[in-house]
Amino acid sequence: MGRYIIRRLIQAIPVLLGATLLIYAIVFALPGDPIAALAGEKRMDPNIVAILRDQYHLNDPFIVQYWYYLTGMFGGDFGKTFAGVPVTDLMAGKFQVTINLAVTALVLEAVIGIGLGLYAALRRGRPADSLILASTLVLISIPTLVTGFVLQLLLGVKLKTAGIDLFPIAGVTEGWRSYLLPGFVLAGVSIAYLTRLTRTSLAETLRADYIRTAVAKGLPRRRVVGRHALRNALIPLVTFLGADLGTLMGGAVITETIFNLPGIGQQLFSSVHLREQSVVVGIVTVLVLVYILANLVVDLLYAVLDPRIRYE
Amino acid sequence: MKKTSTPVLPARTAPGDGPLLAVDDLHVEFATRQGVVKAVNGVSYSLNPGETLAVLGESGSGKSVTAQAIMGILDMPPARIPRGEIRFRGTDLLRLPEDQRAQVRGQRISMIFQDALSALNPVFTVGWQISEMFRVHRGMSRRDATKKAIELMDRVRIPAARQRVNDYPHQFSGGMRQRIMIAMAIALDPEVLIADEPTTALDVTVQAQIMELLAELQRESNMGLILITHDLGVVADVADKIAVMYGGRIVENALVHDIYRSPAHPYTKGLLDSIPRVDLKGQELYAIKGMPPNLLDMPQGCAFHPRCPYRQDNCVTDAPPLYEIGPTRGSACHYWREVFDDSRR
Ligand SMILES: Nc1ncnc2c1ncn2[C@@H]1O[C@H](COP(=O)(O)OP(=O)(O)OP(=O)(O)O)[C@@H](O)[C@H]1O
Ligand SMILES: [Mg+2]
Repeated sequence: MGRYIIRRLIQAIPVLLGATLLIYAIVFALPGDPIAALAGEKRMDPNIVAILRDQYHLNDPFIVQYWYYLTGMFGGDFGKTFAGVPVTDLMAGKFQVTINLAVTALVLEAVIGIGLGLYAALRRGRPADSLILASTLVLISIPTLVTGFVLQLLLGVKLKTAGIDLFPIAGVTEGWRSYLLPGFVLAGVSIAYLTRLTRTSLAETLRADYIRTAVAKGLPRRRVVGRHALRNALIPLVTFLGADLGTLMGGAVITETIFNLPGIGQQLFSSVHLREQSVVVGIVTVLVLVYILANLVVDLLYAVLDPRIRYE
Repeated sequence: MKKTSTPVLPARTAPGDGPLLAVDDLHVEFATRQGVVKAVNGVSYSLNPGETLAVLGESGSGKSVTAQAIMGILDMPPARIPRGEIRFRGTDLLRLPEDQRAQVRGQRISMIFQDALSALNPVFTVGWQISEMFRVHRGMSRRDATKKAIELMDRVRIPAARQRVNDYPHQFSGGMRQRIMIAMAIALDPEVLIADEPTTALDVTVQAQIMELLAELQRESNMGLILITHDLGVVADVADKIAVMYGGRIVENALVHDIYRSPAHPYTKGLLDSIPRVDLKGQELYAIKGMPPNLLDMPQGCAFHPRCPYRQDNCVTDAPPLYEIGPTRGSACHYWREVFDDSRR
């Protein structure tokens, strides 16, 4: 097990290198001059421009710049923004917001998705099941942008004017409550998929031979479903949830914009505009890392849930 | 009108005069998209303590469905039991309220299945699965129940039971898995054990060991055993009596030596003739011609008539009843006497 984890982490290194190189190259190739952008409309003194360009290694060839960046990164130094702020400091605060958002979304997704899916599976073919299935289709087919604004208007604005102030409309000033609405919007499509996956998974498990055995053992139905079926039905759902964490963090850009949350999504967006190479690559590197770790955790959980799987 | 009182379950020790288990005119049908599948059409058989009843018949003849009806593990719907009785120590299980029925299932009548790997839950240890019987039905503590599970694993001859109690089903061989199923089924000393093709998935030497184990357990506990099988060789060794099913009906029942000596139904005769025999080596194997009946649209008259070499005109129109052709013997063939005389060896 320990050896397996180490091997997986070593395998992650080339992935990280490849991802950073790619992003670095893309930002490098963007048109425009970051130093000129610093001064806005004003013209800068050519001497200052030269000093700045030198300080940020902007005159060196691409591969040399990348090398400087890489060596710094492995020392834990993601560089500075053109305004002089260390990228690590900048990212820390932003990531906190995005992680709060993604975790809220993941929890909502797991609770609502699995809950509805189980309910539908146990009521197969009945009106409740059909209603749940239809709602998931609706949720899947509406873009996040639309659900975001509609819910913001209905639950944020209208409810508040009606005197019920449950969901803050924007910003992160209200603690965990600030994340409820954006978390739900971010998770929306995933909730729908997870509901359907849960429903299929449990329904299929309930047809398994070992469920027939459990019934023949004279166990109460509660136990047959809640113990024998559920433990097996959960296995594919864990994989889905783990893989989805990365998707949720990546999908945060739109949601953060709608609800004005100062997370990495917003930051990424503005940094690409400003050609802040170090910030963009820093954020993407951490995202890739989160993705890799999430997948590793999923694989380990898999072995815990399914004894047939063993890692050497 | 007389009000029928709710039946009560007789105790284990009830001094029964009738048989231990009697299936009487059982009908089971399934509502499917294509129509109503009549899987069981009036099956009757009975079982006494310590007795082994072998149920024979080709695939789809309703052997498993009958067994599942006895266990009460059919999904209803789509299944429906429009007619019949399943009397256990004289009490009709089909009229028993569900809470009492649950007291029978797994505790007094239990069942093992063909493929033990898929019949065991892959994510729980075998010890957990066996001891669950004691924890749920007897309210035992986890420790005591595990101790019981180890005893049972010993009893069904699983080597090193103490070390293996925390292993998972996939870590055992096919034969050992079936032993675990058996341990689970006999955990609470059932009075009836139904074994639905318990050895079909195993190789020949292991098959013999499992059959031997079942026979031995039965001797020790005097339980009744219903053995569903395709294997006529096994039947001759262990069964006391035989019920042959065709198209959801019993077409012949008899004591085991009677039926081998001289079958009295053309279908049974066909079955026995299709066993490979050493003295007929080199000759083509006999096979019953034609297809099994379509359960969605059963032929009129005798269900076997389209395939029957003894067919006469009335077979097409009149379904034969189960003629009583001896004190312990019945055949559902209008021309059983001809078959019987033909097949005397
Ligand atoms: N849930 C169900 N829905 C519809 N039809 C069913 C269902 N279960 C069983 N049947 C039908 O009932 C018939 C009898 O099935 P059963 O399993 O009892 O056969 P069997 O005699 O045990 O055969 P085998 O030797 O293959 O196990 C089959 O034709 C089968 O298709
Ligand atoms: Mg069967």
